[in-house]
Amino acid sequence: MKAGSNLEKILEAGHFAFTGELGPPRGSNADEVREKAEFLKGNVDSVNITDNQTAMVRMSSWAASIIAIQAGLEPNYQMVCRDRNRLAMQSDILGAYALGVRNMLCLSGDHQQFGDHPQALGVFDIDSMQLINMAKTMRDEGKFLGGADIEEPPKLFIGAASNPFAEPFDWRVHRLAKKISAGVDFIQTQCIYNMEKFREFVKRANDMGLLEKVYLLAGVTPMKSVGMAKYMKSKVPGMDVPDEIIKRLQGAEKGKVADEGIKIACEQIEEFKELKGIAGVHLMAIEWEHMVPEIAERAGVLPRPEV
Amino acid sequence: MIVAKRKPIDEIKDLLKDYKKVLNVGCGTCVAVCLTGGEKEVDVLCAELDMARKMDDNPVDIEGTTIERQCDREYLEALDSKVEGYEAILSMACGAGIQFLAERYPEIPVLPAVDTTFIGVNQGVGWYEERCRSCSSCVLGMTGGVCPVTMCAKGLYNGPCGGTNDGSCEIKKEQPCAWYMIYERLEKQGRLDCIINFKPAQNWENQVPRTLIQPGYEKPE
Ligand code: SF4
Repeated sequence: MKAGSNLEKILEAGHFAFTGELGPPRGSNADEVREKAEFLKGNVDSVNITDNQTAMVRMSSWAASIIAIQAGLEPNYQMVCRDRNRLAMQSDILGAYALGVRNMLCLSGDHQQFGDHPQALGVFDIDSMQLINMAKTMRDEGKFLGGADIEEPPKLFIGAASNPFAEPFDWRVHRLAKKISAGVDFIQTQCIYNMEKFREFVKRANDMGLLEKVYLLAGVTPMKSVGMAKYMKSKVPGMDVPDEIIKRLQGAEKGKVADEGIKIACEQIEEFKELKGIAGVHLMAIEWEHMVPEIAERAGVLPRPEV
Repeated sequence: MIVAKRKPIDEIKDLLKDYKKVLNVGCGTCVAVCLTGGEKEVDVLCAELDMARKMDDNPVDIEGTTIERQCDREYLEALDSKVEGYEAILSMACGAGIQFLAERYPEIPVLPAVDTTFIGVNQGVGWYEERCRSCSSCVLGMTGGVCPVTMCAKGLYNGPCGGTNDGSCEIKKEQPCAWYMIYERLEKQGRLDCIINFKPAQNWENQVPRTLIQPGYEKPE
């Protein structure tokens, strides 16, 4: 056991993991976090707490992670490279660990130009790959990036994201391999809609033996509407939404589009359960937290195992 | 070369508003090549300021001169005999030249007429693009001659990020993704092994003012 988090135990025990996501509020109201947490509690093994998602200022991810712990959830503390240098990152890791955080997710972060402070200095002192390695060095060697010893090293279960679709596609598996060699323990993928391409990615990763070295959680976001699908297809960088998905949503009865979206997501989850090398699903029901209990139920992942 | 762009006339006017006798100094090197601060641009700016100040009923006695390089002592000498009697010096050189002038004539206010923008290339007449951030530790050897520090919007050493979009950077469609270019070029050259391994965190060397003394030379006392 590297960190002993619930997520790590679930994965170690060979259960099919199910993780969720919670975006901190654009203000200081802790109740907003608690309300969202209620929908996730008992339905997921761990919940990602986003870090200034889409480069918009929100309550800090470590603070929201602590509120999540108090609310009975296990957080997966997200950290982006955009807003902090290596000193701030390491001190936040120490602080988060001291307060009970046991998982973290290392990300580059959306460029500041997208958010509500486009004039900001983007820090990017280190990149997401180097952040993985830093967290691992802190944990396994008990050393800061600068080389000094850490009195009580933070033992975190280290995650990262992976985009299985973006071109150059051939490079995708190599990038995954790089994250593994940097020291990542688990991966959550970008939202998957193009199943064919995803199967190919998984096949290549299996052929290279990568999925024996890392837990891969497949990213799922149910479509709420045709508009959302079209937006994701054309406006969200790195997203691959095949036309069939849009057609299927368009073909749904009036008032049943969101239901069809959930149905598609559940079909995907069924396939992931059988797919070799897939250790679980990461459900990103963004601003749709209240639907998580229903989605989890319909996806057949309840009750969550106790480990 | 160093690329700069001229400041808007109103900003320059504001910097100069309290001075009636001004020397405008151009530079014959980088800023001349990028059509910002050479002899021609000095003349144009002097004429503009002369006219504008007349219209404001606050005439200025402005004279222009251009030296070969404002970042070189040897050429600054030529100015020593000229600056006498001026209330302010306006410099059309890059930030290095402006500071070197200010250092040489500490009694006289030295004011910038340009914004130094980047180290870049000349893509065509009047069209320049950034290429280098002078980080002090060049990785172009492993990245197929594409600088990830300058050309990647996040300065990633282990790219591309998840936002890479069919060859474009996530910041906008017209901006090529540096890591896509790096991949393409290395692939064609059969050198993908250059980027297959994890690149550890950078030791930033550009966080303090840097000094370089070539081997065999010394800093004079
Ligand atoms: S899309 Fe490419 S150039 Fe843009 S930030 Fe990501 S890796 Fe860098």
